[in-house]
Amino acid sequence: MTTVSWSSEPGTSRGPGPFLSVRDLSVRFSTEDGVVRAVDGLSFDVEKGTTLGIVGESGSGKSVTNLTVLGLHDPAHTEIDGEIWLEDQELVGASGSTLEKLRGNRVAMIFQDPLTSLSPFHTIGRQIGEVYRRHRGANRKEARERAIEMLERVGIPQPATRVDHYPHEFSGGMRQRAMIAMALVCDPDLLIADEPTTALDVTVQAQILDLLKDLQQQFGTTIILITHDLGVVASTADNVLVMYAGRAAEQGTVREVLSKPRHPYTWGLLSSMPRLTSSVDVPLVPVRGTPPSLLSPPAGCAFHPRCDFSQLVGSDLCFTQRPDISPESGHGDACYLTLQQKRDIRTGDTKEQA
Amino acid sequence: MTSFLVRRVLGAIVILILISLITFYLFYALPRDPARAFCGKICPPATLELVRHNLGMDKPLFVQYWLWLSAIFVGRDFTQFGPCPAPCLGYSFATQEPVFDAIVDRFPVTLSLTIGASVVILSFGILTGMLAAWKVGQPLDKIASSSSVIGASLQIYFVGPLVVFFVVDTLGLLPRPSYVQFTEDPLTWFVHLLIPWLVLSIIFTANYTRMTRSQMLEQLAEDYVRTARAKGMSGRSVFFRFAWRGAMIPIITIFGVDLATLLGGAIITEQTFTLHGIGELAVQAVQNTDLPMLLGVTVIGAAAIVFLNIVVDVLYAFIDPRVRLN
Repeated sequence: MTTVSWSSEPGTSRGPGPFLSVRDLSVRFSTEDGVVRAVDGLSFDVEKGTTLGIVGESGSGKSVTNLTVLGLHDPAHTEIDGEIWLEDQELVGASGSTLEKLRGNRVAMIFQDPLTSLSPFHTIGRQIGEVYRRHRGANRKEARERAIEMLERVGIPQPATRVDHYPHEFSGGMRQRAMIAMALVCDPDLLIADEPTTALDVTVQAQILDLLKDLQQQFGTTIILITHDLGVVASTADNVLVMYAGRAAEQGTVREVLSKPRHPYTWGLLSSMPRLTSSVDVPLVPVRGTPPSLLSPPAGCAFHPRCDFSQLVGSDLCFTQRPDISPESGHGDACYLTLQQKRDIRTGDTKEQA
Repeated sequence: MTSFLVRRVLGAIVILILISLITFYLFYALPRDPARAFCGKICPPATLELVRHNLGMDKPLFVQYWLWLSAIFVGRDFTQFGPCPAPCLGYSFATQEPVFDAIVDRFPVTLSLTIGASVVILSFGILTGMLAAWKVGQPLDKIASSSSVIGASLQIYFVGPLVVFFVVDTLGLLPRPSYVQFTEDPLTWFVHLLIPWLVLSIIFTANYTRMTRSQMLEQLAEDYVRTARAKGMSGRSVFFRFAWRGAMIPIITIFGVDLATLLGGAIITEQTFTLHGIGELAVQAVQNTDLPMLLGVTVIGAAAIVFLNIVVDVLYAFIDPRVRLN
């Protein structure tokens, strides 16, 4: 075992690997109606300085996974299994104070709606500064100066004045910039952005995404970008993880997944998205049906009730056995169709469309 | 802020004029003739006319109202009772004492009751509510929540005498409720009013406990509280600094309403503890067909409620920066 670098907990170090590694993660919530399996056996890695886009419908477990990384679930109602390694530190089962020191410091998060996610009762400067004070022990004055510096960094004009304003005095895009400033104030290694542009105008969306990219290039921040917008993923991420019903459906680089998608669910996502290059006569095809209930997910592949190709597999594998992602590294997907079958289906599709 | 205050004070004046107009009109809509009541049992028509004239009741209604209103600012000379310097609310029909003096005399009693009870109610209610929210689902929460329901279903005139009987007569822990001038002896003032305050708080605190609890739980589920936790803020600071601010806003709003209830309900409280406050004065004024007293009590009471509500509004803006006061 190598010497523990900064972690105070003995026995938590391990050899070099990906920056963030989630292994066989399961998150279950006990509710009045039963146990919700929000995340069920999910594994993925993120390399340092890269962006992972996590895509999926509402309720596919994207946000839950990332809230788990930050340890933000109420332990009284949540059961978490598996491992989450941030470099050499295990986050599942880490103590509350360990996670508190981590949050906002090494791992930061920005949320979907900056209006409701910022405290309406405190000035922007105070909200940014208090993170710095908490984690860096800065005094009031230093924190304020840092807040102004951060506001400037995220492109807010007149930061010295704006620092004393309240969130409701900011526009939507400015609020999200302030939110990003707040997340980055302690130079975190990992930034989790949970649908950071969903609540914003399209033009502002592009600005915010550019800002995130710029900051990543400057500071080498690792980013997890949660979104349901494949366009955002295409323009921002290096790697993609497609989630369905709390599991990985497909993963790979952006190029691989978007240009050679393998999982029928990914096909569905892509064909439900309008493209500038395709003819206006080509109808958008939504994925039929609705996402499964996570209280009682379907047996076998969770996607089979919505899948058009399950009969091609031959046996009743799709209905009885849950597929795992394969291959485990590189471009992989969780589907029993053979690569040849998928290629045939896809070329058929393109012929039909042409 | 200044323009807000100016506007609110102007609004308050309009409200007070409307209230006095309505009271004035309603009083004359009564089938009883105040002059006859004032004149006594054996009242020859000539005397009645004289009384009418002296009371200013032989003039048209709006002239009477105008005389009443202007007297507040410039004073008025009553032939029968002599001059009445501003602020003049006239002389009581029943006791002949100046209305303004009577109110000044009684008002501190009611005010002491209301303000003292408010302090006890708010501090108890918010404290127990926050504790219940902090320990949600645990025994402490259940005790706080259920005991507040019992408190809310009690009545002052039931609890009041019981508490006086046990605490004063049986145990001799506290003196019988009465009013001592605060300026005279603050400690005696405090000790003598403690029982009414506590009894009022038993009844009113429950609302605040329940509301604080539910508001805290609601705020704790808000996005911005999640953000605070995602920033690494400690549980305690999230609870007290972030959630608390949001939870206070509806509580202050309701408190503004309850203040009026406390002042208006002073009649019952004062009767229960035989305190001679403004509530008692109001009841007597109605019984005696005493127009000047009734008008005076109504307007001063309304003014107090309006003023306290302005204070509440300022507080509201102080807690929530989104409420801009202009």
